[in-house]
Amino acid sequence: MESPQRKFQKLQQIIDKYEGKASQLIPILQEVQEEYRYLPEEVLTYIATAMKLPPATVFGVATFYAQFSLIPKGKYVIRICDGTACHVRGSELINQAVRKELNLQDNQSTTEDLQFTVERVSCLGACGLAPVVTVNDTEVYGQMTPEEILAVVKKLREEG
Amino acid sequence: MNTGKVTIDGQVVEINGAKNILELARRVGIEIPTFCYHSELSVYGACRLCMVEVEKMGLVASCSTAPVDGMVIHTNTARVRRLRRMIIELLLANHDRECPTCSKSTTCKLQKLAKQFGVTKVRFGKRDKQLPIDESAPSIIKDPNKCILCGDCVRVCKEVQGIGVWDFAFRGSETQVSTAFNKKLSDVACVNCGQCVAVCPTGALTVKSEVDKAWEAIHDPEKTVIVQIAPAVRVALGEEFGLDSRDVTGKMVAALKKIGVDKVFDTLFGADMTTIEESMEFMHRLKNGGKLPLFTSCCPAWIKYCEQTHADMLKNLSSCRSPQQMFGSMVKKHYARKIGKKPEDVICISIMPCTAKKFEARRPEFTTGGVPDVDVVLTTVELAQMIKEAGIIFDELKPVGFDNPLGMGSGSALIFGASGGVAESVVRFVAGYTGGEEVGRVDFYPVRGIKGIKEAEIEVEGNTIKIAVVNGLANAERLIQRIKNGEAFYHIVEVMSCPGGCVGGGGQPGVNDTAARVKRIKEIYSLDAVNQVHKAQDNIYVNKILEDWFGGPASSGTHNDLHTKYTPRKRISGKPIDINNAEKGGSVQVSVCVGTGCYLRGSYDIMNKFAELIKQMGLEGHVDLNGTFCLEQCDKGVSIKVDDEIITGVTEENVEQIFKSHVAIKVDLAVNS
Ligand code: FES
Ligand code: FES
Repeated sequence: MESPQRKFQKLQQIIDKYEGKASQLIPILQEVQEEYRYLPEEVLTYIATAMKLPPATVFGVATFYAQFSLIPKGKYVIRICDGTACHVRGSELINQAVRKELNLQDNQSTTEDLQFTVERVSCLGACGLAPVVTVNDTEVYGQMTPEEILAVVKKLREEG
Repeated sequence: MNTGKVTIDGQVVEINGAKNILELARRVGIEIPTFCYHSELSVYGACRLCMVEVEKMGLVASCSTAPVDGMVIHTNTARVRRLRRMIIELLLANHDRECPTCSKSTTCKLQKLAKQFGVTKVRFGKRDKQLPIDESAPSIIKDPNKCILCGDCVRVCKEVQGIGVWDFAFRGSETQVSTAFNKKLSDVACVNCGQCVAVCPTGALTVKSEVDKAWEAIHDPEKTVIVQIAPAVRVALGEEFGLDSRDVTGKMVAALKKIGVDKVFDTLFGADMTTIEESMEFMHRLKNGGKLPLFTSCCPAWIKYCEQTHADMLKNLSSCRSPQQMFGSMVKKHYARKIGKKPEDVICISIMPCTAKKFEARRPEFTTGGVPDVDVVLTTVELAQMIKEAGIIFDELKPVGFDNPLGMGSGSALIFGASGGVAESVVRFVAGYTGGEEVGRVDFYPVRGIKGIKEAEIEVEGNTIKIAVVNGLANAERLIQRIKNGEAFYHIVEVMSCPGGCVGGGGQPGVNDTAARVKRIKEIYSLDAVNQVHKAQDNIYVNKILEDWFGGPASSGTHNDLHTKYTPRKRISGKPIDINNAEKGGSVQVSVCVGTGCYLRGSYDIMNKFAELIKQMGLEGHVDLNGTFCLEQCDKGVSIKVDDEIITGVTEENVEQIFKSHVAIKVDLAVNS
């Protein structure tokens, strides 16, 4: 893992790259999130300070977009599509199965050990494969069932 | 300019520069309901309550639609009425409807409009989620369950005060108005001015009441209760009773006596002392090459803002305490002794137009023998409530005068309540001081009025003195930037945080808009015009007390009791940014400040240098490095903290040496012991 110092330097470089322009706040947050895997409060405060913006404004933007997370995400981010096609083909059952398996409470989306995050998304644009699940936005699983998703989780656990 | 004619409800109207249909309708006597429109703020157009029908266009939001020549507008159609009702009903559905126990009851706009539009039932059930109420701050309470998301508070704080404490967070049905990271209001940059409370149409933002504390003191036979009343209260209190300001001052004193306080004194007395001390301070700085411009220090919201934002200018602030605190200090340190009481047995209640005064009274430096100089701060509205609670029919009271010796005030002190008043008082004092008896009345018009930035000049003993007067902290910031860039120079700058000055404070009655403020300003100057005591130095009681209790003005006596010091203050609480990987538990903790002040002075580079030195000297694992937000030494930055010791003035030049002598050496000691 990258050292916190490296990350901190990157943070400043990202802000510098966009000349600290308020209009570039979203791309800045995107790139910073890539570094930190989420947007820690203190990092957002730093961004606000460096960009001369009220921290409340930065917080507002960071909480508006679903792509940003203010809490650490798991190593594996499982996204379950809840678009119309996936919904009617039973994506909620998949969601429930995964959440049960990972022991996630009502408002919880990430496991205590920071291994898994489970999210619902609206339409991944692969309705023909419904219901669709992605892992870390790189692997796509179509025509999923509750049983199969558990197999995927098992496999990821084995990978560590 | 936008010109032409439109027809509104059958009336032909000249557009004549009107920016939107709403304003134009108001001109012809039609009031369109609004939640999110304020003429002083940017147009937001979110609540949709202001919808009207325009022929060929359909329904439009009148606040954000410009009138166009030939438009035919209907503001009162069946469709418009249905829509308004529906909007109000929907807002009510999501609003905690605890109206009778809400402190905004009867002044709440949502309540008022529901009545006005005949919304008598809500068909959509209740709010299902209860969010926590924030009561952390000394002045303002936030109840998110009553928020209708009009954004008025967000815009007033950003646009008028330039701070931006509030913003929208989250989205869709989850949207909230929130501070940064949903922190407590007491942990962010809020200056307690209460302008957000003044614009909030519901009970989502309210003033924290101290009425019960006041009653408790009044009913306690052991305590002597002293009241002081700020100038702007007397020109607004009448609004709470449907009266103009005639005789309000005397009735207010009478009411307080009936309520049972022991002495009713006047903050004007403190204001006259402020004028004298501040003018002397100014003349001293002028003659001895002291720090200029001199910024006034009466407004506690401005002081907090300056401490948070311009630590390098704290020396420019007048060292004078505000009139409230001069008064409090005088009561606890001198008056108490005079009447043979201990400071803790004399309770000082102040009645203020202001919410920030509640914060000011709690500042730890304003205490005597461990008790606060001002114990309770009530707003104008809170006083009105007490009068009503006591069953006093205000209108029928016979006016009574203030008590002596601290009850007399000059016209100069009175005008402290309006933007420009402090500056004018100084001008009056200096004119009398340098010109002697024959100067007579001095009315200084250029600094009067509600305008955000005013400038003026006067001649004093051959010098041209440049004065600026600002209200609204965003205006103050603009002026400060001009001063810092060398684009402008002034000798004296008066800053009041609220538009119009204290008359527009966050503690003033119900409708607290520009029109109300302008009216109160007018009343202040008419009261000043009939006041026989014109200048601060004409107040014989003030002169006598200055001599008897303090050994004269601008003396060591006044210096100790009536002046103060300021300290840099952080804007936001929070944990530091981790910089090195030392699995925590290194023997030396180093924090480099990355708060605004230090950031601008290059703390980022200092931080990197530290990280580098740690590596170079092989101290990894021994030194924990992090970036912290503000060590409250902003005027002397870059600041760092090594264990418990704060070191300021770290620069690229001395960083290595400081590292060696303050950080590395500690590791050595720890390792060798
Ligand atoms: S007042 Fe026009 S949309 Fe709110
Ligand atoms: S910014 Fe306040 S001490 Fe550094």
